[in-house]
Amino acid sequence: MPKIVYVATDGSQRVVDAVAGESVMMAATRHGVPGIVAECGGNASCATCHVYVRPESLPLVGEPNDTEEDLLDLAVTERREGSRLGCQIEMTEELDGLTVDIPPVQP
Amino acid sequence: MSGTLIVGASQSGIQMAASLREAGDEEPITLVGAEPHPPYQRPPLSKAFLAGKADLASLAFRTEAFYAEQKIDLVLGEQVVRLAPGLATTHSGRSLPFDRLALTVGARPRRLGVPGADLDGVHYLRDLDDALRLRGRLGAARHVVVVGGGFIGLEAAAVARSAGKSVTVVEAADRLIPRSVAPVVSEFYRRAHQRRGSDVRLGVGVTALTGEHGQVRAVELSDGTRVPADLVLAGVGIVPRTELAEQLGLHCAGGIVVDEFARTSEPDVVAAGDCTVAPHPRTRDGLVRLESVQNAIGQAKVAAATLLGRREPYSAVPWFWSDQYDLKLQIAGLSGGHDEHVLRGDPEAEKFSVLYYRGGSLIAVDAVNSTADYLTVRKVLDRGGEISPEQARDNEVPLKRLVSPPA
Repeated sequence: MPKIVYVATDGSQRVVDAVAGESVMMAATRHGVPGIVAECGGNASCATCHVYVRPESLPLVGEPNDTEEDLLDLAVTERREGSRLGCQIEMTEELDGLTVDIPPVQP
Repeated sequence: MSGTLIVGASQSGIQMAASLREAGDEEPITLVGAEPHPPYQRPPLSKAFLAGKADLASLAFRTEAFYAEQKIDLVLGEQVVRLAPGLATTHSGRSLPFDRLALTVGARPRRLGVPGADLDGVHYLRDLDDALRLRGRLGAARHVVVVGGGFIGLEAAAVARSAGKSVTVVEAADRLIPRSVAPVVSEFYRRAHQRRGSDVRLGVGVTALTGEHGQVRAVELSDGTRVPADLVLAGVGIVPRTELAEQLGLHCAGGIVVDEFARTSEPDVVAAGDCTVAPHPRTRDGLVRLESVQNAIGQAKVAAATLLGRREPYSAVPWFWSDQYDLKLQIAGLSGGHDEHVLRGDPEAEKFSVLYYRGGSLIAVDAVNSTADYLTVRKVLDRGGEISPEQARDNEVPLKRLVSPPA
């Protein structure tokens, strides 16, 4: 089971066991990680599962597709390097230990 | 302290419990649901789950450990049948006392009121058991008739047709999805479903279902035609569950009436989700029922705040989505009452958006495979600004570059 580390804005961490194949969003909502709202349930409609992927993991998670680009551009409060939608990152064993920062608000 | 009783363990109920805990509420929380299943997401039931592309586990809202950790007492398979101030009683006789009450009781599917509606092979699609039954029958079915051309019906029709079934959609109105989209979008969906091989019949009602040996065999229509069917899905709307609210004497009008703080006519009792009607979120005119995940979540958050003594009015721009085949429809705002619309892109290419205006102001968008247009309008409606109809007509310029800042 690949682990995901969610870091809140106050620096506190939640470590969650994900199931390979589920998304960073799904793992967060199933375990009730605060700050990942996921209003649309993973349909790339809302951008309320925005996370910042740490630079060291960026090459592993790949690039956002066009729809995700639009969502990141238009729907999140502060887009930064490493901004991704949790619903679009599928967990694999290779991503074990993936660390993401949660934004202060999900608009 | 008996704490908070939340009646209804679906999207709104779960959200309300989670929001209460996130806000630091330490009183007991009891979440009671009539279904035996751990709380699950509904939108995939008519889409990926029905198509066999999502499994049961992927529908769960939370792990079992979550409820224990958060001290949310989850009571499943128990239906609350009586409510009195401070005390709920379930069908098995269990007593659930409470200090604070939240109703997130949802809705039931409207039943077909025609002869033969109780035949085997006639299905509805609202909860997980419905979806399991329907999915189980779909494999062997040959002729699927969908009664009702709304979102549930069309989503299921797309799944059935993709699985190679003969599909007929019957809608009593003269266009598809009449309550939610404008005629131009209705017409697009009629053509899109026809292009993919479904038969779409508009402006006809169902007069009877006929069968053999208790199994449905045909659907008889008001124009005298008879459509063969071994599986019928009725997606003809929902009826909000208001019985418990009525027992408490709460004001109901096609749903439990709540205000912008999710308060019922008894201010100590809150309600959220599909069981409610509320003032129009933008104009505050009239009562609307928003059957959407977003509304279920948003109202639940506001209701949790209300229970904790905070007043956070619910005023979010409504949004909604529907997946049919490879067509992603995204809606922001409410287009009802529009007096002008602008079409961007090409419906024939299955990539377009329709912007709706009232008195020259942008009020809503329906976007098909056009997420950027959907998001741009949603952002304008959310944060202010305007896109004039004249400018929006220019297809060559991305919508987001046409936004003029708030006055």
